[in-house]
Amino acid sequence: MEFLRDTWHLFVRLIRATMRMPVFVIISIVQPVLWVLLFGQLFKSVTTIPGFGASSYVQFLAPGISIMTALFGAAYSGMGLLADIDRGVLDRLLATPVSRGALIAGRILHAAVQVVVQAGIILLVAFILGARPHGGLPGVLAVFLSASLLGAAFAGFSNALALIARRQELVIAAMNFVVLPSTFLSSMIMSRNLMPGWIRGASRFNPVNWAVTAARDGFEGRAPSEMMLCLALLAGFALICGFLATRSFGRYRKAM
Amino acid sequence: MDAIEVEDLRKTYTGGVAALRGISFSVRSGEVFALLGPNGAGKSTTVRILTTLSAPTAGRARVAGFDVVSQPREVRRRIGYVAQASGVDVTATGRENLTLQGQLFRLSGARLRGRVDELLDLFQLAAAADRPALTYSGGMRRRLDVAMGLVHRPEVLFLDEPTTGLDPESRSVMWKEVRRLAQGGLTLLLTTHYLEEADQLAQRLAIVDGGRIVAAGTPDELKGRLRGDVVSVELADRSRTAEAEALLRGQEEVAGVMVDGTRLYAQVGHGARAVPALLGTLEKAGLDVAQVALSRPSLEDVYLTATGHAYREEGEPAAAARR
Repeated sequence: MEFLRDTWHLFVRLIRATMRMPVFVIISIVQPVLWVLLFGQLFKSVTTIPGFGASSYVQFLAPGISIMTALFGAAYSGMGLLADIDRGVLDRLLATPVSRGALIAGRILHAAVQVVVQAGIILLVAFILGARPHGGLPGVLAVFLSASLLGAAFAGFSNALALIARRQELVIAAMNFVVLPSTFLSSMIMSRNLMPGWIRGASRFNPVNWAVTAARDGFEGRAPSEMMLCLALLAGFALICGFLATRSFGRYRKAM
Repeated sequence: MDAIEVEDLRKTYTGGVAALRGISFSVRSGEVFALLGPNGAGKSTTVRILTTLSAPTAGRARVAGFDVVSQPREVRRRIGYVAQASGVDVTATGRENLTLQGQLFRLSGARLRGRVDELLDLFQLAAAADRPALTYSGGMRRRLDVAMGLVHRPEVLFLDEPTTGLDPESRSVMWKEVRRLAQGGLTLLLTTHYLEEADQLAQRLAIVDGGRIVAAGTPDELKGRLRGDVVSVELADRSRTAEAEALLRGQEEVAGVMVDGTRLYAQVGHGARAVPALLGTLEKAGLDVAQVALSRPSLEDVYLTATGHAYREEGEPAAAARR
C-alpha cells in the first residue's frame, strides 16, 4: 500500500514538472510525428523488395516507430534522477521513510505514461497516412502495452546506471551504446524476412525485438501466441530492471 | 535519554580515503549540538551516516533510540534532514514541496494541508507559496529546506551547514529560527564551519578535524581550558619566523607558541603585562614586529590549540607547523 501511494506521489511530482516545460512537451509530440513522416518517406521503396511482406511501409512502420520512441525516451530517464542527485533532492527523499522501490517505480511510471501518449500520437498520424490497425482495439492496446513495458525496462536500466555511475557522461555513453544497436538488431524498420541470418538469430534475444514483434503482431491482428510470449518476456525483463535499479540504492548508500 | 549516541564511527571510501577515523559523541534530548570544523573535516559524512544516507565502515550510531544500520526505517521516521545542498525541487512550488514531503511521511488530508499552511506562515513563505521555488532567493530556499525538514514534527533535526552561502541578513534570520526550534524541545544537530555560529547557537559542540573529534564541551568550557590571553605577532621579515618562535618559547610567561604561516600565537597568563616584555625580547634580537594583537581566548584559539593550525573558514586549513 505504502509502495503504491509513494509511487503515485512521486509520479505526480514528475508529471507536474514535465507539464511545466511546454517546449519539452511540444518536442516530444512533434518528434515521433517527424519519425513517421521521415522514415515513411525514406524507406518507402523497400516494400517493393521481393519478400518484404508488407504492402505499405507506414503500415509496417507504425508499431516499430512506437517502440523506437519508447526506447529513445525511456533510455534517458536516468538523467532526471541524476539531476535529483545533483540538486540534493534524492538525498532529501532518501532520508524520509519513502519506499525505495517507489523512487524507481515513480520514474518508470512517468516514462511509461510518456511512451503511451507518444505511441498514441504515432498511431494517429499513421492512421491519417493510411495505416490500419487490423487487430482492432486489442491490437492498439498491444502496441501501447509492449511500448510501455519496454519503456519501463529501459527506464529501470537507465536509473540503475545513474545510481551506480552517478555521471551524466557515462549514462549517455552507455545508453547510446545500447540503444542504436538494439534498434538495428530488431525488425523495427526492416522486415524479419530480409534480415541476414545472424541478425535474425541475435534478435531473438533482444528485448527491443520482443517489443516490436508483440506490437506489430497485435497491430496486424496476427495469431497471439508469439505476441503473448514476447509480452511475458518483456514483463519479466522490466521487473528485473526495476529490481536492479531499486537494489542500486544500496550501492549508492555505500559509495556516498 | 540521549537522542544521538555515536561510538567510534569510521568511514573509509572505496579507494582508501578515510573520512572518519573514529568519532564518538552523544547529544542529549532537547539539546543543540554543533559539529564545528573546516570543509572536509568529516562533519557532513557524520550527518550522512546518522541520517541513514551513508553506510559506516565501522562503529555504531543510534538516533532517537534506533540503530542507523540495522533499523534505518525507524530512524528515518523520527528525523528531519536539511542537507548542505538544498533538497528543494525547484520546478515545484513551496507548497508542493512541503506537501510531497509530508505525504512521504504518510501525512494526508486536512492535517497535512493545515501543517503545510502553518509552516509556510512560520517561515514567512506564505506569499510565495504558490510560486515555483526557482524564483526564490537563497534565504527563502533555505527556509523552505528547514520547513521541509520539520513537516512531520521530527524528534531530531539535522542541519548540515544551514547558513553557508547566505548573506548576513538571512543568516541572522536562520539563527533566530534555530533558537526558536531549540525552545520547542527539538534535538538539533548542526554542522558549521563558522566558529561564531557554533559559539552562538550550540549548548555543546565538538570540534572535528581530519575525521576525528579534537575537542568537545560547552563553548565556555572549551574557552575556559585556555587560561589567560593570546598574543599574536607578525614579523616584518617573514623569513625569521622560526627564530622568533624559539625566542618566545624561551620566555617565562609564555605557556605555549603556535605558528601558522608567518603568524605566531603565544599563550600568556596576563596579556597586557606580557606584551611589552615579548616585544622587547624580539626587538633586542633585531626582529622587527609588523603587527601585534592581543585577544581573549576565542573558539578560534580553542581550535588552534586542539588542531595545531589556525582556523580557515573557507577551504582547507593550511598545512601548518606543529609544535
